[in-house]
Amino acid sequence: MAAHRQLRHWWPRPQFSLFLLVLWLLLMNTLSLAQLVIGAFLGWSIPYLTQPFWPENPRLHQAWRLVPYFAHLLWDILKSNVTVARLILLPPGRLRPAFIRYPVILTDEFALAMLASTISLTPGTVSAGLSPDQKTLLIHALHVVDEEALIRHIHTRYEQPLKEILE
Amino acid sequence: MNIPLWLDALIAALLLIGAIVATLGSVGLARMPDFYMRLHGPTKACTLGVGCTMLGSLLYFSVAGQGISVQEVLITVFLFVTAPVSAHVMARAALHRRVACSANTRHPPWPEMDHPPAPPSLANPGEARQGPSSIPGEGSDTRTRGS
Repeated sequence: MAAHRQLRHWWPRPQFSLFLLVLWLLLMNTLSLAQLVIGAFLGWSIPYLTQPFWPENPRLHQAWRLVPYFAHLLWDILKSNVTVARLILLPPGRLRPAFIRYPVILTDEFALAMLASTISLTPGTVSAGLSPDQKTLLIHALHVVDEEALIRHIHTRYEQPLKEILE
Repeated sequence: MNIPLWLDALIAALLLIGAIVATLGSVGLARMPDFYMRLHGPTKACTLGVGCTMLGSLLYFSVAGQGISVQEVLITVFLFVTAPVSAHVMARAALHRRVACSANTRHPPWPEMDHPPAPPSLANPGEARQGPSSIPGEGSDTRTRGS
């Protein structure tokens, strides 16, 4: 048992290490011994050195459901890029920017990070801050007419799926 | 190298769209009136513009070059992961420093900064970018973390 804990200490995240190794080899696009060694070293050292910064292990209930989520997201990025392109070409005086307080229902930190990133990735909205009690997400929107509709949209399209997948 | 014409056209179109979107992002950066609105252009140009360019590159090198290379996909994934984080950090930093937002912004996080003063004077360039030095009665506002 003690040996196991020792191993945990020196090699905290085996799966992540393996992932980093594969990533490194893909980036280098080779399978040479030298790159294998470098990749293995990075795979060990990065998780070890960043250990203190890691949140609790996220638990994925239905990991496969992330695929349609990302597909949705990609489509939304495409769609709203066109919208934002049009907004940028409008005279800036016609834009109606706003800060929006979004009431979050997610509690898991990893899920919250995913939601904030999603909001920033979809054009027209940037997440700008989370209240210390993690209940309100401050969002800056480039052009918004109906704030309620935007909040509802984020809730049904992103937050609900994330809650089901991650919590 | 023999690439079928339709594929050539597709790659060219992807590169062109990528370039146009990236340009629009930069135009947005230049034209928008305040910091928070400027933030929107580049983060978006990153997602779609770079995505299109990378897809074009991926197609080209997969067909013409040395087999499928996944580096482009990885670069795109990295950008998608890092772009929102940097945008978020910049927005936070701006909020923390109370960088003024334009006058027509609704619900600014604190009432004192919703109307930026006239263009910054040369005598005191820092003045226009910050709100008043004393900010009373903001204890209830959860967004502003104490400095």
